[in-house]
Amino acid sequence: MLKYAIRRILYMFPILLGITLVTFLLFNVAGGDPAVQMAGKYATEAEIEAIRKDLGTSGPLYVQFGNYIKQIVTFDFGRSWATKQEVTRMIFGEEFRTSPMLVSVSLTFPAFFITLVLAISIGLLLTFYRGGVLDKSIMVVCLGAISISSLVYILFLQYYLGYKLGLFPISGISYDWVDKWNYLALPIIIFVALSLGSNVLFFRTIFLDEVFQDYVRTARAKGLSNKVVMFRHVLRNALIPIITLVVIQIPFLITGTLLIESFFSLPGLGGLIYNAINNADFPVIKAMTFISAVLYMFFQLLSDILYAVVDPKVQLK
Amino acid sequence: MIRKSQNSLWNDAFQRLKKNKLSMVCLFIIIAYIILALGCKLGLFFPSFNETNNAISYQAPSAEHWFGTDFMGRDVMARAAHGTLTSLTVGLWGTGLAVIIGTLLGSLAGYFGKLVDEGIVWLYTTIDTIPYILLVSAFSLVLGPSLYTLCIAIGLTTWVGLCRVVRAEFIKHREKEYVQAASSIGASHARRIFTHILPNVFHIVLIQFSLGFVSTIKSEVILSFLGLGVEPGTPSWGVMINNAKQELARGVWWGLASATLLMFVLVLAFNLFNDALRDALDPKLKNKS
Repeated sequence: MLKYAIRRILYMFPILLGITLVTFLLFNVAGGDPAVQMAGKYATEAEIEAIRKDLGTSGPLYVQFGNYIKQIVTFDFGRSWATKQEVTRMIFGEEFRTSPMLVSVSLTFPAFFITLVLAISIGLLLTFYRGGVLDKSIMVVCLGAISISSLVYILFLQYYLGYKLGLFPISGISYDWVDKWNYLALPIIIFVALSLGSNVLFFRTIFLDEVFQDYVRTARAKGLSNKVVMFRHVLRNALIPIITLVVIQIPFLITGTLLIESFFSLPGLGGLIYNAINNADFPVIKAMTFISAVLYMFFQLLSDILYAVVDPKVQLK
Repeated sequence: MIRKSQNSLWNDAFQRLKKNKLSMVCLFIIIAYIILALGCKLGLFFPSFNETNNAISYQAPSAEHWFGTDFMGRDVMARAAHGTLTSLTVGLWGTGLAVIIGTLLGSLAGYFGKLVDEGIVWLYTTIDTIPYILLVSAFSLVLGPSLYTLCIAIGLTTWVGLCRVVRAEFIKHREKEYVQAASSIGASHARRIFTHILPNVFHIVLIQFSLGFVSTIKSEVILSFLGLGVEPGTPSWGVMINNAKQELARGVWWGLASATLLMFVLVLAFNLFNDALRDALDPKLKNKS
């Protein structure tokens, strides 16, 4: 077990190097020379060079790569091209209460939790009545639901519930601990609406995989009721893929939802990325790419180790 | 005789598909979309999709303009139809590129193993670790938005899933008797990979292509919304849906409705067809669940 964990942790280093290389190649090599653009048409060579120095893009590539590594180690990603603020400060905020991460997490964590509870319940129900009319009709609804672009959900629900019926504010946020939910309620509803379909289909498949296992037949043969088999046996065994799914989703929840946050002008990490993409703000995108990748890597590791703890078969590999 | 038995997997799968009425309906819908897109490409359908007329901007659906007109007075039905062409083009080239990269790297990694494998696994783990939307955005930003960069960006970032599956299949197949037999009569590595093993895993490539196609179509819409999709002026469902952000408050719903409807039918048909295709080509999976 420990050996497995250590090997997995050691494997993170080459991946970390890979992430660094890919982001560097994308933004510093393929991205061209931003200084020429920023300096404008009539700038002298000296002026351009000064801007390059400012951006950390002067000198040969290996020097730039060295600078980049230094940025990563010191966790100082320079200044945004668009707002001239320090990137690290933009991402982590001035204080915890107003930090973009908290805004994103206040939206995504409750929304994901509601989705999970709903999807697991519906998934169990469908497995219980598999092949019946209820199962088939909800399946069709789910397939229909995942065929609609997520943009349409956001647009329509924001317009209808927010603008037309005026039930919710349609943009902005309050940093008050109570008032904030007023602003987050509609984004949370939309998050649940657009992720429910695929989640129900996912859990149904997982539960169906379990239902045909031998231990279920044994439990039924013992004379246990369908209900007991579903909740005590099937749900418990299905917890392994469920835990994995939840842990893998956490980094995405932390970095927020690009689309919903941009539609509601929420100052979360998703909104930050949206603005950065709109302004071609390379330092912010670079930093967010790197941070998201590292987060994802950590939670992937966590999920792998959890998986090995829960399922002894994995250790043998 | 030998030739016939070689084709049997595909014949067999097609027979199975034909039995599934719903999947055949979906296939016809997909073919209809392809015809629509080809017709638009050749200028047979809706040749006047770019004609602007500010006098008739934002007209509600009427006998003349069935789906109404947009802010520049262009016919929404024509725009939506041409959006099909954009969607299918991105789907075909983007997913096509991903399939080529994924299949090639996957078969090399699975077949050769050792260092080649380690390198390729390292590469795709790295790509997989970077969030997809950020990676595609970065590619599009760096290359500059256009239809082709969109295809390249999607192709370069979405090959990982397929690569993983193909690699696993090659690992399973490389030690099998038929491959040993091929090597014993002196078949080269390339010959063993491409003419012996690849045809045996090709059905998986096809399924993955079809699955990838759907997600590429959905990605195009979102990337167009982010301004990383097609050049301005190119008809696209993503752009139409994005325009609705300003239009809905003015009561203009037809742009959003027609783009959504066209996309919904295509994606739903693909989703249903994919299920049937998977069952037909990979019957082992079906018996499992």
